[in-house]
Amino acid sequence: MENLADIASLLNSTFRISTPLIFAAMAGLFAERSGVIDFGLEGKMLAAAFVAAVGSYYFNSPWLGLVLAIIACVSLSMLHGFASVTHKGDQVVSCVAINILMIGLTTALAAAWFGQAGLTPTLKDNQRFLEITLPFADSLQNVPIIGLIYSDIISGHYIFVYIAYLLVPIVFWIVFKTSFGLRIRAVGENPSAVDTAGINVFSMRYKALMVNGVLIAFAGAHLSTAVNANFFREMSAGRGYLALAALIFGKWHPKTALIACLLFGFTDALQIRLQGVPIPGIGLIPVQFIQATPYILTVVLLAGFVGKAIAPNAIGQPYIKER
Amino acid sequence: MTTVVDKTKVPWWAANIIVPLVNLVLALLVSGLFIFIAGENPLQAVKLIIYGSFGYVEGFAYTLYYTTNFIFTGLAFAVAFHCRLFNIGGEGQAYIGGLGVFLVAINFSFLPVPIVWLLAIAGAIIFGAAWAFIPAYLQAKRGSHVVITTIMFNFIASSLMIFLLVDVIRDTAQMGPHTVALPKELWFPTFKDFAHLFGMKIRYSPLNISFIIAIIASFFVWFLIWKTKWGYEMRAVGHNTQAAIYAGISPYKNIIIAMLVSGGLAGMLGINEILGVHHKIVAGFPAGYGFTGIAVALMGRNHPIGIFPAALLFGILYQGGSEVTFDMPNITRYMFIAVQGVIILFSGALENLFRPQIESFFVNRINKENPA
Repeated sequence: MENLADIASLLNSTFRISTPLIFAAMAGLFAERSGVIDFGLEGKMLAAAFVAAVGSYYFNSPWLGLVLAIIACVSLSMLHGFASVTHKGDQVVSCVAINILMIGLTTALAAAWFGQAGLTPTLKDNQRFLEITLPFADSLQNVPIIGLIYSDIISGHYIFVYIAYLLVPIVFWIVFKTSFGLRIRAVGENPSAVDTAGINVFSMRYKALMVNGVLIAFAGAHLSTAVNANFFREMSAGRGYLALAALIFGKWHPKTALIACLLFGFTDALQIRLQGVPIPGIGLIPVQFIQATPYILTVVLLAGFVGKAIAPNAIGQPYIKER
Repeated sequence: MTTVVDKTKVPWWAANIIVPLVNLVLALLVSGLFIFIAGENPLQAVKLIIYGSFGYVEGFAYTLYYTTNFIFTGLAFAVAFHCRLFNIGGEGQAYIGGLGVFLVAINFSFLPVPIVWLLAIAGAIIFGAAWAFIPAYLQAKRGSHVVITTIMFNFIASSLMIFLLVDVIRDTAQMGPHTVALPKELWFPTFKDFAHLFGMKIRYSPLNISFIIAIIASFFVWFLIWKTKWGYEMRAVGHNTQAAIYAGISPYKNIIIAMLVSGGLAGMLGINEILGVHHKIVAGFPAGYGFTGIAVALMGRNHPIGIFPAALLFGILYQGGSEVTFDMPNITRYMFIAVQGVIILFSGALENLFRPQIESFFVNRINKENPA
């Protein structure tokens, strides 16, 4: 029973930890499927976390914070589009610029406005998203197995967790079953063919980036107005890059990307559990090594030991219309 | 409608000096806006920056000390970039490079001092290059994107170094996570020592002979990239991999060489920080210099002649910036990280924003002067 409860709490954390990764991976999927590289997920996630926390603090509404975060992230995505779609600048450089800009600006403004070494003020309960207890979760608590699965694993998450898992099939449907999705995939594979068919490549890429901005905002808001009750510096801690790795490992496909996100989430949940716990036969592993496991896992997965990932054909190339 | 410009008629200074300057001015204007949003006066900040970095001897020495670091990391990014590789891992490579400097210096301290210095420099290069090797190999052989792997290697380097500093090489007599100090005779001579030789009395500043090593490294990079077969092959792979393969140039080999040189240069940051300043490994000593190297290289158009003024500009921003953070409570050093982001945006991603207009302006003027 003790072990079962352990597993339940591990799975519970896995779902929670994977959530921002899922939003980020789905955001990245739209951009990259349309042919625009997005290493900027990290910076946009930070921007969203900062704006959501500050917005919610001033307007006493986490929902308004989320809306402001969406506006901020869509603006950054548009900036990325302006540089790399319209002006054909280097897409990776544009992303690096957005990431460094956001690491600096969020903390600088937090320090300037709130003077607490780059923290935003702690949000009160009405200013943040709280855990949701699903109906009957309490009464089912003591039923064997079902209680464990329903009450301890499925119930009691923040709203973003449920949105994230609903999002994946929706993204799948949009990308693979609608004409909008077909066009996005087409501009990422063969933009000149799409152009010949009379579809504007630039506006398709901008639309994909707009969706990208909306989705990544949820990841940031989850970090600063749900799991934590404030913004702190560099709180995204590489999640944007992990999500991108999950997307690549998942071969730019929502289902496999979801599995990769869950794998990262599970590794992270496990490393938190394993800190300070001796492993039979090995002994106590230094905490720094355990903390580094998600990053090491990323490198190993990207090394393609599990199969080669093939990127959208036109990724990273600005589209130049022939005259 | 984009303007079509005959590139051969554009004067070199318009393309390589005027356009970057316009981009820099735009970036500084946006940065001024940020300082205004943070509730301070941007003009006052500019005054403080200029005073802090040029106003007195020690301030200027600090400026050149920062410049030294930015030359190393800027060159590091530039070398990889000539092969179209984004080495974002300068931070981690510098951290591990510092480990190399320290381990070599402390273990060979019985040798004559100049030899220890040479060995320690080699240690910095080898350790930095080794840390860049795995991402290089994975990019070359497995196609793992070097941006993600080098970022991951920054995180891993940081974990590894904290582990070493806490559990393995910590100075057990002290509380903080740092090593014991190197013997005093191994410390690099500082600017202050030289000034005293000439009878000038100045206060301490961290500027030391690493600055000269950085200048030598700049010459080395210029020679490597533009005067050797290796450099030519690297640039060929970077420009057009398919054409390079057709010409019999191996992209694998050149990706690895470019990354090793890049990592080695980033590792040289450890020379300045360990032999010149801290004389021991302090947790987190690379302090973001590796990331700043990206902005330095992009601003300097990946050429050592451009990297020097760009590194100096960032030296001014860092040293002058610390003056600003003293005097303006609303400005922290993070504001200057944001400024870096803006500079990367305007001189990297948006470098073509006004290029066609500026170039066609000069081409039209030349055409008017000499009608065909």
